[in-house]
Amino acid sequence: MTDLPTSPFPAFLVGLPVLLATLSLFFRARGKAVVGLAGSLLTGVMALFALFEVTRRGTVIHILGGWEPPLGILLRMDPLAAVFIGMTAVVGIFISLYAWRYFRAQEATTGGFPLFWPLWLFLWAGLNGLFLSNDLFNLFVTLEVIGISAVALAVLSGKKTALVAGLRYLLVAITGSMAYLFGVALIYGSTGTLDLGLLGQVLEPGTTTTFALLVITLGLMIKMAGFPFHFWLPPAHSSALAPVSALLSALVVKGAFYILLRLWMEVFGVSLTYAAGQLIGLAGAIAVIWGSWQAFMQTSLKLIVAHSSVAQLGYLLMIFPLLILAPGVTADSADWLSPAWTAGVYQVIAHAFAKASFFLSAGIIIMALGHDRIESLRDLVGHMRITALAIAIAGVSLIGLPPSGGFMAKWMLLKGIFLSGQWWWAPVVLTGSLLTAGYVFMLLRLAFAPAREKEAFRPVPRSLEVCALVLALGSFLIVLPADNLIQFLQSGEVFGTGIESIMEGGAHGND
Amino acid sequence: METTSILPLLILISSLIPGTLIMLLREDQVPLRTFLNLLGAVAKVGLVGWVFAGYMRGEEYSFIFNLALDLTFALRVDQLGLFFAALSSVLWLVTTLYAIGYLEGGQHRRRFFAFFSFCVTASTGIALSGNVVTFFIFYEFLTLSTYPLVVHRGTDKAVEAGRTYLWYTIGGGTVLFLGVVGLFVTAGPIYFGQTEIIEGLISTHSTQLTILFFIMLTGLAVKAAIFPLHGWLPVSMVAPAPVSALLHAVAVVKAGAFGIVRLVYDVYGIRIADQMNLLTPLAIFAAFTIVYGSVRALFQDDFKKRLAFSTVSQLSYIALGVAIVGFLSTTGAVVHLVHQGIMKITMFFAAGNIAETYGYSKISQLNGIGRRMPLTMGAFTIAVFGMIGLPPVAGFVSKWYLGLGAVEAGSYWVVLVLLASSALNAAYFLPIVYRAWFCEPDQEAVPLLSSGRLETKALLLIPVVVTGLLSLAAGVFAAVAGSPLSIAREIAEKLYMP
Amino acid sequence: METYQIYNLTSAVLFVIGIGGVFAARHFIRKIIATIIMGGGVFLSFVSFAERDALTFADPVPHALVITGIVVAVASAAFALALARRIYQLTGEESFTNDK
Repeated sequence: MTDLPTSPFPAFLVGLPVLLATLSLFFRARGKAVVGLAGSLLTGVMALFALFEVTRRGTVIHILGGWEPPLGILLRMDPLAAVFIGMTAVVGIFISLYAWRYFRAQEATTGGFPLFWPLWLFLWAGLNGLFLSNDLFNLFVTLEVIGISAVALAVLSGKKTALVAGLRYLLVAITGSMAYLFGVALIYGSTGTLDLGLLGQVLEPGTTTTFALLVITLGLMIKMAGFPFHFWLPPAHSSALAPVSALLSALVVKGAFYILLRLWMEVFGVSLTYAAGQLIGLAGAIAVIWGSWQAFMQTSLKLIVAHSSVAQLGYLLMIFPLLILAPGVTADSADWLSPAWTAGVYQVIAHAFAKASFFLSAGIIIMALGHDRIESLRDLVGHMRITALAIAIAGVSLIGLPPSGGFMAKWMLLKGIFLSGQWWWAPVVLTGSLLTAGYVFMLLRLAFAPAREKEAFRPVPRSLEVCALVLALGSFLIVLPADNLIQFLQSGEVFGTGIESIMEGGAHGND
Repeated sequence: METTSILPLLILISSLIPGTLIMLLREDQVPLRTFLNLLGAVAKVGLVGWVFAGYMRGEEYSFIFNLALDLTFALRVDQLGLFFAALSSVLWLVTTLYAIGYLEGGQHRRRFFAFFSFCVTASTGIALSGNVVTFFIFYEFLTLSTYPLVVHRGTDKAVEAGRTYLWYTIGGGTVLFLGVVGLFVTAGPIYFGQTEIIEGLISTHSTQLTILFFIMLTGLAVKAAIFPLHGWLPVSMVAPAPVSALLHAVAVVKAGAFGIVRLVYDVYGIRIADQMNLLTPLAIFAAFTIVYGSVRALFQDDFKKRLAFSTVSQLSYIALGVAIVGFLSTTGAVVHLVHQGIMKITMFFAAGNIAETYGYSKISQLNGIGRRMPLTMGAFTIAVFGMIGLPPVAGFVSKWYLGLGAVEAGSYWVVLVLLASSALNAAYFLPIVYRAWFCEPDQEAVPLLSSGRLETKALLLIPVVVTGLLSLAAGVFAAVAGSPLSIAREIAEKLYMP
Repeated sequence: METYQIYNLTSAVLFVIGIGGVFAARHFIRKIIATIIMGGGVFLSFVSFAERDALTFADPVPHALVITGIVVAVASAAFALALARRIYQLTGEESFTNDK
């Protein structure tokens, strides 16, 4: 572990946004925004440099303050972390630019929400920290930083619905964290270590480990709104301000998924059984169908988009049954592992771009109309063609039509499903796509439909529309470097590996 | 593999870039938009011609870009693809001229021409796809880029039609997706023409391959409008005439038909498909669709609806030709890809001209229209003769080969279907011709547009005359080297070479 | 039964009570208290392991973790209370109406 090259970047990625967030607190309203925007751009650029560093030197680490673990903190940036950090940076930069213009346009009536900026930078620091963490407890701390700043952002508008949804979100987040921490305590109690790499070697199958796995998975499922813990997400995400909704849906929920993926693949292999994978896959499958159907039934744009997040996160859970191999199957012979990983990573990235774009578009529409009831979207194409185009492009990526990032994800997922012989997931993927097509095209149909009554579209800054469009296009452009991206990820340790569940492990996992 | 060339990519870009630029222009920048449009269209025809010439000299062109793992984006030039690309690009040029005239002064023309360009990009992409995945990518791209054109008018009716259109095509696309991934997993990344891959798997994966064939066929049959998946086509006739002409006579429906041709000849291989008895169901559905479409067409008074049902019927000639094993029927199917395109586009242009000039959209209003618009109706009449199968118009050649092929294969019932269809074609098209030329004109008819001495605007008239003459020429000069027939024969010969 | 096992058992009981309360209660304050009880259970389990592993002195790592955890939990609880108070001031509501 410690023979890996060290680099200051991991420390910067956490330290810089924290520092800038703190700095911005000393400024008044407009100053906060200026420092915040500058800080966002700086953090984003720093993250891209760090990504570049990892592509050049491979996995790098940083030991904070020279204090070695277990009391000190070691940050580790491997290719998987680098990709998540890079994604956060690109999406974050565009959301920041949007937020700057969006809040300034409303400054006169709302005060411009200056607190957005320090909270967003804290959130960003939390996300970077989460991706870089190498021990279970650090992950807990970053989860909490993310959770609290995310809730604070969600209630920023101060409206009643947002406050109620925010409180529920906070309580759910605390519950999830505590469940996770309980698992951490059990792991520490049985092994005496929290280091992810070490745990992967020393963790022994047993009742304690299984129970720890159970509560940790429970906690993370609550946090990432996995079925049946998805209920908090639609109200919280839809009632927040537009840039906040975009951050919450595109980035925040991915944090919990990232931990779940890492822990299952790197730490808990000994306790996982084929059945466990099937179970979590089932939760994902139900989320895909249920979330898409719910989205289809909504009548306000932000609720559609928020329910769609539940479904899209469901696809992420559906890669787990592919990664956990049936007894007797070895990772060498399982040629569906790479497609499954690619599906997961592309689903994360494509959804981040598309969903951010979608929420930003919803914000533009709210700004223009004063509300987001979808029947008022009639003749959107005539009034705001860039926004309509952004919705169309992001929607196409969500459906998974070629050549979008969503298509890459669905293709690889379906390929992995067939290669592994677990064909029963295939109807779910296809039905999910059709239902997604249903609500996306319902929006497009309205956008093209003639206006019934004269709907007053107020003018909206062009730069907002461009931000939404760029993110939507991003969900397509990410396909171009796919080959390089996958090779880069394969240079890391996790990507492309699976868990060979053995019969003994199975006995423990089932109890 | 062959040397990489960006020429196939350039063929796509020649319409993709103008489309993108047009989107960025302002609505009122008409001359620049028209220039870009025509530049792209001419460049595309030129590039296809160049590649065609190169291909004839024995050069090979391919552009391969690895997307991820073994998922590959591949453009490759072969004769069949070029044949289809040539059809698309030539008719795009003609239709662009027509559309400029047709939409003059209309609304949202920027959007129209941008998506129009994207459609042709998709359609030439389908033509030049080197493997199944690339084909699928462009197949879906075509769906998406045609939707804004179907709903272009923005009326409630157009929007409803758009919904029907999307459900059919997205549903078909999803089914095709399933099949394509299944094929990919079973047989690996298949390039068109590598029929030996399926041949090698036939002994071990027979059931799987049979199921996959029908899944993919179902997905393709939606766009090819084979009964009972044809419902979207008549409904989409609310779109403006150039859209109906290019897309619903050529691009979209042909994408489906071309896909079936590729699937049978270049993925499974005709011998294997025959050996596995995959073609009989296709033949039955195609034959039924031919008769069904014709019968439905009989009862339409709406001009474009009648043409639409006629398209449903005519398209299945291609599928039928594919389903019959034999050199002659293959030639007939391939050549009908082009012949049906130029004949049907002539008819839609004519219908558009009449609607635009006199506001008539019903067949019952067409009394004496031939005297007012002799050139338009002249071209239309040529196309009608072609559709019925009278020599020497293009349609005769197709039917002749299909008929000979059926006899060769011993499928005499197909000959009956062809004869019945011809009789029905005559029954629903000849009354139009009769009304147009021999009934007394409606005295009150006043042209809606002033067009000087011409019967209608020059930009509307030239395309219809050109495609009308092309339909005639394709039949008259069928025996000449370089005619659609001669190319179709070459394609078929290669397929049946041992 | 050893001391740490009693602690451990207690911590599990507290955790279960807490998580049950979070999902069952509708009143804001009850829910918040439930999360605090959950937290209490979790921290107790950390401390119990420190006690178990104590040879000459207690393991310092769990203590460091618990202190951090308590700080985080207190902050979360304070934030939740502030939100609940704000909702009460705005609407007079003190419990979730359509809770799942």
